[in-house]
Amino acid sequence: MKYAYFPGCSLHSTALDYDESARAVAKALDVELVEVPDWTCCGASPAHVTNTFLSLSLPLKNLQSAEKISRQMVVFCAACYSRFKFAEKSLAENQIKEKIKKIINLEDIPEVKTRHFLDILINEIGLENVQNRKKQDLKGIKVACYYGCLLIRPPKVAEFDDPEQPSCLDNLVEILGAVPVSWPYKNECCGASLSLSRTDIVLKLTNDILQDASEAGAECLVVACPLCQANLELRQKDINKKYRKDFSLPVFYFTQLLGLALGIDKKSLGLHRAMVSGDFLLKEKGIA
Amino acid sequence: MKWLIDSDTSKLEFVREVEEESGIKIFACYQCSKCSAGCPIAFEMDYLPNQIIRMAQLGMKERVLASRTIWLCAGCETCTTRCPREVDLAAVMDALRIIALREKVKPSERDVQLFNKIFLSTVRKYGRVFEGEMIGRFNISSGHLFKDIFKAPKLLKRGRLKIFPALTDVKKMKDIFKGTEDI
Repeated sequence: MKYAYFPGCSLHSTALDYDESARAVAKALDVELVEVPDWTCCGASPAHVTNTFLSLSLPLKNLQSAEKISRQMVVFCAACYSRFKFAEKSLAENQIKEKIKKIINLEDIPEVKTRHFLDILINEIGLENVQNRKKQDLKGIKVACYYGCLLIRPPKVAEFDDPEQPSCLDNLVEILGAVPVSWPYKNECCGASLSLSRTDIVLKLTNDILQDASEAGAECLVVACPLCQANLELRQKDINKKYRKDFSLPVFYFTQLLGLALGIDKKSLGLHRAMVSGDFLLKEKGIA
Repeated sequence: MKWLIDSDTSKLEFVREVEEESGIKIFACYQCSKCSAGCPIAFEMDYLPNQIIRMAQLGMKERVLASRTIWLCAGCETCTTRCPREVDLAAVMDALRIIALREKVKPSERDVQLFNKIFLSTVRKYGRVFEGEMIGRFNISSGHLFKDIFKAPKLLKRGRLKIFPALTDVKKMKDIFKGTEDI
């Protein structure tokens, strides 16, 4: 299977470990990822709150480059995923299509479908197939699967899981030998777009999320979004300081846990880049 | 709170403006407040999301555009997902911010808009986000000079922060930004 791969800005900086583990896992599952040539920012939240045309033109520019590689483009960042899906929907229905075509000098709207890698994993590769390739059991490690917002909402855009009771990550970690804990905050917002401008709000939201995960007995969290990861992991020390907590919960990308189960070494999965290291937990569980 | 509603305040023009910008029929809302019940940021807002919609229905333009709510909405899409009347509140909030910018209303949440502006200007300049410059500029402009800077050495050590921007397709990006501004 060959897909165009759109990493997005975070995966080339603060979430370099997500990019590394994503590539390693794809390779192990015989999925060919070809990076979109000259990819640029999808516009993220600042574009859609500022200018609708800009928020559609930026994804479209990238879809145009992706078309040279494949009719399907894979993303790992939930926020990029959302922006591309929004663009896909708006451009199929809207009259602004003609205006946008003029802005980026296009004859036709590229026919490229954007998919999150979790969707590919479940609906193309299949969890059974993943299980058959498992080389290492995750030995009952207790995981709080955190979905956040844009991976699942709004359902008309995100399309592949239930917006109120999502289960794709839970199903995945379960077949890898981990134990997904049941917790109500799995799809609460971490405040992503306010991370720099209203950090106080983000710290409150993430404190609530970590508290709930912790009370549910989780030993770590697993996410599918670099912004969720940054707010929950990079800011964990700030949360502890502000709310006088002592959280020490590693926040893995699903690709990192999947990679470990597929027998990929820790370095290739970028595990050494974590601020809240998972080494102790993995050693304790006997996961090499 | 007591507001005077008369034929003067219930101007339909603002309703039309919001509906055109968002593509959403705001009169579909019957004030069940489900949006506000599930809003993760409601605790910080000056008006709840359902109140913003009601005020918009009544044409209370100045009050809506001057609210902190429209800037604090994190775009988590919970309200949009749950609305029984299919009022896409997240899209309405986007539209209200866009209208506020167009009409040069001073944003009640200064830092939120400042961040958006600096984010987009680095993307315009380099093609991709360049965190180092973005955070530096945000800190200087917002006056929070030392905010988050102690994280930088740790991130650099772990390879999670770039020293130089990755210049990509800059000319095309400039054209897109220019093209969308001219509309």
